This record gives sequence, structure tokens and C-alpha cells, in this order.
Amino acid sequence: MANITQTMSLRAPRRAVAHQSLWRRVLKRPEAGALGGAILVLIFFSIMAPPFRQTSAFMTVLYQSATIGIPAVPVALLMIGGEFDLSAGVAVTASSLVASMFATEVAGNAWAGVAFALMFSIGIGALNGYLLLRTRLPSFLVTLSTFLMLQGLNIAITKLVTGNVATRDIASMPGFSSAHAVFASSIRIGSVNVSIAIFYWLALVGIATWILLRTRAGNWIFAVGGEGESARAVGVPTRKVTVGLFMAVGFGAWFLGMHMLFAYDTVQSGAGVGNELLYIAASVVGGCLLTGGYGSAIGSALGAFIFGMTTEGVIYANWDADWFMFFVGAMLLIATVVNFWIRSRVSRGY
Amino acid sequence: MKQIQTLTLAGALAVSAAVLGGTPSYADGQMKVAMITHGQPGDSFWDIIRKGAEAAAKKDNIQLIYYADPTATKEAQLISNAVQQHVDGIAVTLAFPDAEAAAIKEAQAAGIPIVGFNAGADDWKKLGISMYVGQDEVIAGAAVGDKLNAEGSKSAICVDQQQGAVQLEERCDGIKKTFKGALYVLYVNGYDMASAKARITAKLQQSPDVDYVVTLGAPFAPTALDAVGEAGSKAKIGTFDLTPRVSDLIGEGKLQWAIDQQPFVEGYEAIDLIWLNKINGHVVGGGQPVLTGPTFVDKSNIAEVAKFAKAGTR
Repeated sequence: MANITQTMSLRAPRRAVAHQSLWRRVLKRPEAGALGGAILVLIFFSIMAPPFRQTSAFMTVLYQSATIGIPAVPVALLMIGGEFDLSAGVAVTASSLVASMFATEVAGNAWAGVAFALMFSIGIGALNGYLLLRTRLPSFLVTLSTFLMLQGLNIAITKLVTGNVATRDIASMPGFSSAHAVFASSIRIGSVNVSIAIFYWLALVGIATWILLRTRAGNWIFAVGGEGESARAVGVPTRKVTVGLFMAVGFGAWFLGMHMLFAYDTVQSGAGVGNELLYIAASVVGGCLLTGGYGSAIGSALGAFIFGMTTEGVIYANWDADWFMFFVGAMLLIATVVNFWIRSRVSRGY
Repeated sequence: MKQIQTLTLAGALAVSAAVLGGTPSYADGQMKVAMITHGQPGDSFWDIIRKGAEAAAKKDNIQLIYYADPTATKEAQLISNAVQQHVDGIAVTLAFPDAEAAAIKEAQAAGIPIVGFNAGADDWKKLGISMYVGQDEVIAGAAVGDKLNAEGSKSAICVDQQQGAVQLEERCDGIKKTFKGALYVLYVNGYDMASAKARITAKLQQSPDVDYVVTLGAPFAPTALDAVGEAGSKAKIGTFDLTPRVSDLIGEGKLQWAIDQQPFVEGYEAIDLIWLNKINGHVVGGGQPVLTGPTFVDKSNIAEVAKFAKAGTR
């Protein structure tokens, strides 16, 4: 009898503890705060802007989010690994330019340009990582330099090669239609067109999350960003991890670059400047720490989603265009404050 | 580490040598003229202006230095920079007249002749500048407004790619002046085409009654075309200025028209007027702007323009 009551009284609280710890586990995830912010912005614009509630509008928002979110995924991984990449914004444009010019001026086939640009972009990433390790300068400085150099090279080389500052229209090139189908097509679902970029974005988030949480490489990334010296001491190949992360950012830039090229056919060589901050902002809003060692890929997606909803929502709400950037900034501030409020409540244990 | 530094240094030296080697040396008797614009780097339109300026410089034996910065204070700084280099003349866009006023006074005090061009049709006289080349943006805008009325438009969007630039605001104001329908202004962000497309799509979804999209910069017209398709809108599209792609799309009938201010002529004349002033004291225009536009390019005359647009000079 005494035995039975004991087991019963043990069992009941145990279930309660298990339940609470699951709830707490969700809230303790780095992206919990961003999820709260995203829901808040979603509700806000759903009330303020009637057109925002249409499915087609939601797809426009998702598309805008995907074009920030695709590079933001590797940028988030890199930040978890303790480094910055300021060159990611212009690297996207550099990749489209390289693909376009290699295809039109050298190879005569769009896919050759795609392949060449992939090598180029990953090479830029590797160069960033290598320079960082060799010079031991902060990544902020190293990638600021590559950012500025790429910005200049984008314009100068384009002008040197094509005589103009925008690349030629590649829409009539062999291989264009298949490359367009792969990188920039839209899929009709019901009554709305859904850009393929949105699916790639979600897939990238899934893969990155799996790597971070389920693989040894993921553990290494957290270790390198959290405590690099200790990580090295216990045998984590920190240099390989850092260079690999920069190469992943190169890959992300290439991927978006290919979408931009095949979706818009020509590339203005001055494009992309300033976007690197959006990628970093999406990661930070999504819970990555500026100091490294903490964050998530899903968070970067939520950060990009908050930004996409805000920029488009201001238009759907038909607010005065002169105030556009102010509204965007104010909404981001509110979303971020909510984000940090939730996180601090969780870490204090409610 | 050391190896890297040496390599970087060598690379930097090689690059600067290449850049410096590319500019002609300042020989005796050759004038040195600065062209300063608010153009965004890597924008086709500004590249055509520069090509016009280079053509004039070559013909007039002028050493041309070209500077551009899209922000007000930096453009003003570039003027001061040119004054400090003791150039023989300055051709400058007056996109931010208030910010540039002090630097322009500095140039005038140094006795450097100035020609205003492209932007600032309302301000050049106030700044004491004696010559101006360009399109009167309000007149150009008004011509677009008339065109929209003639095509029976009831509601239009004006897509502005550089919030705060006077001449773009003037275009929109000009359209408002004559257009009888409703006009919305939509700002897009630099040359981020994905974001421009999403914003135009959003606006079309928000206002389904819009039947015309007017882009103030030609690179945005093809993007607007995508957005119109995406939003399932019936809106037609016209644009200010030309690019090779825009001229193709006009030929295919996908874009209705482009209003051409002939940037090549703007760049060319701005330099040539300085030359005329220097060699013979001429002041051209009789106190009025030397107008390079507006002219409409549409399906009826595209064939003639297209061959030059292909070469990147129209």
C-alpha cells in the first residue's frame, strides 16, 4: 500500500516535470524570441493591411524573405562559428556577374557560367578564411576589405569586359531555359505562383539545422565560436571549420546570385551593397549572438521573414512612402525588443 | 604572415600602377576638367553620360576626371576635391543644391567655370551658374502625365529608386501636374532587383486598380514587367531613360515607351560648353537651359534608337 502511493505520487509530478521541460526546451531554443517577434509582426500587419491576408501577398513576402534568407543561413552558421562576413552582399552580385560574363564572353553556355561562378564564389570564401587565419586580424576587417575590393572589381571588371556597367541580356543563351527552370522558375500552386527560391530557402534551413544539431561538424561550429582555444585543445580542427564556414557563405552567395541572374537576365554591377547587413541582421534578430557560439539556422529564417513582412507590409498597409524606411526600422526594433524580452524571461526562468 | 603582407603590398602596387597607367598624363596645353555626378556606381545611365563626356573630352583634347557619389555631402566634397586640384572647369549635377552650394561658391571664388547638368534645372541660376544642360524634369514628367491621360490611364505608380534625389521627385511632381488619375509614389532600394520586384508586386496587389507603372530608372522597367506578371495585373509600363534591354522590350511591345533625355548628349555638351567657355568665353543657352529632352521612344521609332542602345551609348 505504502509502495503504491509512493509510485503514484512519484509518477504524477514526473509527468508534470517532463511536460514543463519540453515547453521550456522550446522556449530556450535561440529562435524562440524571433518566433514571438515574427508572430507579432504577422498579426500586426494582418490587422493593419487587408491585402496582406491574401495568399498571393504572403508569397510575395516569402519571396522577399527568401532573397535575404538564403545567404542568411550560412551567414548565421558563420556567426555561430564566431566570425563575420561583410562581403556576402556584393559577393552575390559578383557571382551573378562572373556567371553572366563567363557565359557570354568565354563559354557560350549558361551552365558553364554557373559552374565557373560556383568555383569563384567558394574560392572567395576560402580566400576570406585563409586571409583571416594568416593575418589573425578580426574577420570584420578582413571581410570589410574583401567587400570593398569586390565592390570595385564588380564595376571595373564588368566595364572592362562588356564596355558597359551592366551585363548583357543572357536570355537567348544556350542552357538559359534549363538554368532558369532550376534557379528562378515559379511553381503554380492553386491560384498563386510560388518562386522556387522559397523552397530552396526552406531546404537550406533544414539542412543547416540538421548539420548544427545532429552532426559532429555542427558541434565543432558551436565549439569554435564559443571557445576557440579550448576547442582546438580538445582536437577540433578549428582552422578547417572556419575556412569551411566562409566557403559555405560563398556557396550561399552563389546560390542567390544564380537566382538573381536567371530571374532578371541582366545584372547591374553596382547591386548588392548594403545587403550584407541585412543577412547579419536577420541572423542576429533570429537569435545569433554577435560574439559567436550561440544561434540557429531557423532563427535566421525567422529574422529574414520578419524583415520581409515588414518591408512588404508597409506597402500593403499603404502608409506614406516618404516614411517607408522609418516604418521598417520601427517595426524591426519592436520585433527585436519582443525577441530579447522573451529570451531574457526564459533565461531568468520566467 | 610576412609573405602575405608582401604579396598584398605587391598586389596593391600592381593595381594602383595599372590604374594610374590608364589615365593620360597632363600635358601642357591640355585642359583638365572634372565631371562630378550623384550617379550610383554601376548604373548604366551614368555610364552613358560618362561616355558622352569622354567623347567630348577626346575631341576637345581635355583630360577628364570623373567622380560620382550618390550622397549629398560626399558629392559636395568631390567638388571641393576638384577645386583643390585646380581643374580648369567643373561639370556637376545639382541633385542636392543646398548641400553643394558652399562647394560651388568655393569653385566660383577660385575662378573655375561651372556647368550644371542633368539635375537641378530649378537651382542652377540661384547658385550663380551660367550654363545648364539637361532635361527639364518637370516638363518631362508633365509630358508623361499627358501621355498617360491620352492612353486613358486612371491610376498609376511612379517607381522612384533614390529617395530624396531632387530630379526624380520633380519627375513625379511633373506627372502629378498633368495626370488626371491617381498617382502613387513607390520607393525601391538601390539596385536590389529582388526587393524592387517584391515591392512593386506588393503595391500592385494592394492597389489592383493600377493600370500604369512608370519607372524613373530604366533598369527597373524589366523588373516592373516581372512584377506585373507576378501580381496578375493588367498594368502597362513606361519608363524614363533607356537601356539595351528596355529598347528590346519596347521592340517586342512589352513596354509601351521610354522617355529619353539623351544622357550621352548631356555628358557631351556639359564638357563641350566648358571648352567653349575656356577657349572663347562663350556662354551658351542665353540664360535658359540647353534642353536635351524629353523625346519619346516607342514602337514607331525604336528601330533607329535600338542599334545605338545595343552599343551602350543611348
